[in-house]
Amino acid sequence: MPEPESPEPESPEPESREPESAPRPEQSASPSGWRRLVRAFLRPSRSQLILALCLAIVAFGLVWQVRSGTRNDYANARQEDLVQLVDGLGAEEARLNGELNDLENTKRELESGRDSAAVARSEAERRRDVLAVLAGTSPAQGPGIRITIDDPLQKVTASTLIDALQEMRDAGAEAMEFNDSVRVVASTWVANQGSGLVVDNKQVSRPIVLDVIGDPQTLEEAVRFRGGLASQVTGDKVGASITVDRSDKIRVDSVVTAPQPSFARPTR
Amino acid sequence: MIAVLGLIAGVVLGILLEPSLPPFVEPYLPIMIVAAIDALFGGCRAYLEGTFTDKVFVVSFVSNTIIAAGIVWLGDQIGVGSQLSTGVIVVLGIRIFTNAASIRRSLFHA
Repeated sequence: MPEPESPEPESPEPESREPESAPRPEQSASPSGWRRLVRAFLRPSRSQLILALCLAIVAFGLVWQVRSGTRNDYANARQEDLVQLVDGLGAEEARLNGELNDLENTKRELESGRDSAAVARSEAERRRDVLAVLAGTSPAQGPGIRITIDDPLQKVTASTLIDALQEMRDAGAEAMEFNDSVRVVASTWVANQGSGLVVDNKQVSRPIVLDVIGDPQTLEEAVRFRGGLASQVTGDKVGASITVDRSDKIRVDSVVTAPQPSFARPTR
Repeated sequence: MIAVLGLIAGVVLGILLEPSLPPFVEPYLPIMIVAAIDALFGGCRAYLEGTFTDKVFVVSFVSNTIIAAGIVWLGDQIGVGSQLSTGVIVVLGIRIFTNAASIRRSLFHA
């Protein structure tokens, strides 16, 4: 790097020791740097014009470089730097692709898990509804029959009703209700109380109305077969009359509250 | 006076024109700027010491920038461009500091 120095030092360096040795036009009046500066500032000369030109070129280049540098970071990068950058970007891309694959696998697993959870949930809800109807904890409606037993002599007994309930269950009854007020469930009991009837601790007034949800055809057959409920209550000993109405829309609105077990807990 | 005006004019021109760099100049412009700054400091020092000459200054200015850019270009051709540009910057920086020390001495005598 000695070449660019050569034009410059040849003039300043020998004369920096004795500034007065080589007389020049600007130098004759004052040797002091400050006075020289002030004089140059006040009295422009041809050499200053050249200096101004050079300064303008340098300033122009500086602004040029600074502006283009702010525009593009990679424009003046060298080839090997760019290769290194590309390598780094490639490695980063591979790493991110791996991460993307992992995340997509996780997403797939979570989605299938969500689907199976939804299936299990809807299955559980269906079974809950079925069990709620069977256990009598929710109202129910559907096709069925409405049995009305008009019993003026009050001879229909609890055992007759229990037989009737059993027949209905055998015929596929899914929900039953006495007098629109007492739901019949697995633990329902019937008792005689004087001349009246008590079902699940509730008085059942006459005429006795029994709503049954199930296949109406089968249920009616179960009521009317010889020796069944109809022949029992209409016999000479009881002397009651019975009517059976089929309907597509029997409503069973009364519910029972399921008792919470005090000691037993379900195990899975 | 005119020199200061020239500096301002250069800055204003650069801002107003917003020139886009031709691609082959881009790696060399910073080196050229540093070399030009070095020449300016040398000229300033020579002026303060009373040894300033137009011809010497212009020749040093032009040759400094061309040689600096040429060295870096050569380095790029033979694959040591970044190392050479670092070397050139270091040498020019040292020269700028030396010139600045001379200017300071002639202005403040310290």
